[in-house]
Amino acid sequence: MTMNDTLTIGGRSFRSRLFLGTGGYPNQKTMLDALKASGAEVATAAIRRISLEGYGESLIDVLGDRVTLLPNTAGCLTAKEAVLTAQLAREALGLDWVKLEVIGDRELLYPDSEELLKATAELVADGFTVLPYCTDDPVTCRKLADAGAAAVMPLGAPIGSGLGIRNPHAIEVICARSPVPVVLDAGIGTASDAALAMELGCAAVLLNTAVSKARDPVRMAAAMRDAVAAGWNARTAGRIPRRFGAEASSPQLGLIGS
Amino acid sequence: MTTIRVNGQAEPLAAATVAELLAARGIGPDARAVAVALNGAVVRRGDWPATALNPGDELDIVRPFQGG
Repeated sequence: MTMNDTLTIGGRSFRSRLFLGTGGYPNQKTMLDALKASGAEVATAAIRRISLEGYGESLIDVLGDRVTLLPNTAGCLTAKEAVLTAQLAREALGLDWVKLEVIGDRELLYPDSEELLKATAELVADGFTVLPYCTDDPVTCRKLADAGAAAVMPLGAPIGSGLGIRNPHAIEVICARSPVPVVLDAGIGTASDAALAMELGCAAVLLNTAVSKARDPVRMAAAMRDAVAAGWNARTAGRIPRRFGAEASSPQLGLIGS
Repeated sequence: MTTIRVNGQAEPLAAATVAELLAARGIGPDARAVAVALNGAVVRRGDWPATALNPGDELDIVRPFQGG
């Protein structure tokens, strides 16, 4: 049996199916150690105004060539803002792919599907590989793929909530129908959530807070690495059907006393 | 008006070009991972020296930060 374990999104190929965020770690060393322990080959980055006082050490100086950065448009509220942020990211990093976030509610950080679709179409037309962060809605995911998104990234639960995958059925449906890879983004709280995402059919998992805010981020990063690999292996291996009753796994013949 | 807005803050316009303004902040032509937008449009690095600043302009200077 051959099994393709390589993840390919927009022409980029990776062995790891875990994308790790770089925000909110207790310090820089912990972030770097966690990245290493996670085995992630992709790390997200925000694009922000520099401080007016001057120009210090950049994230890219810290990370070097350890990982491929995936710039995001976090915090953008309109397609216009998100498109400009993506274009600035491309200019700053020389990367034409983007985690597209267009937020419709500052408290819930829920995606604004209408603006997201608009920004996706504009960025695809501008030559970007677009990975939109979106709602766990099969119709929105299909529309994003139709608009040229290279992957769709439905949320499991609100960003940073750690609530896990609130609607596993929706994620499973999205995975079953999506013509592009599905990356579960946001909501992961612990390792079993990441494993579940993969078992439901996701191609990869993107998480940040579950690692950066864990008591021991480096150990949690290792747990996520293992969970994503375990979930992928389980999905690929094929789970047994659920049964109402028992089915003995020991021989029924040769019992003593029979 | 002789001011411009840099990253959202008004300041006196004291540079003729984007490159001059950046240089005054220690951002040279070889600075890694910096990008600039003037009035909502990206100014490519190669165009920094030739892009004039005018009163009322809005300039954004960005770079990657830690984030999810």
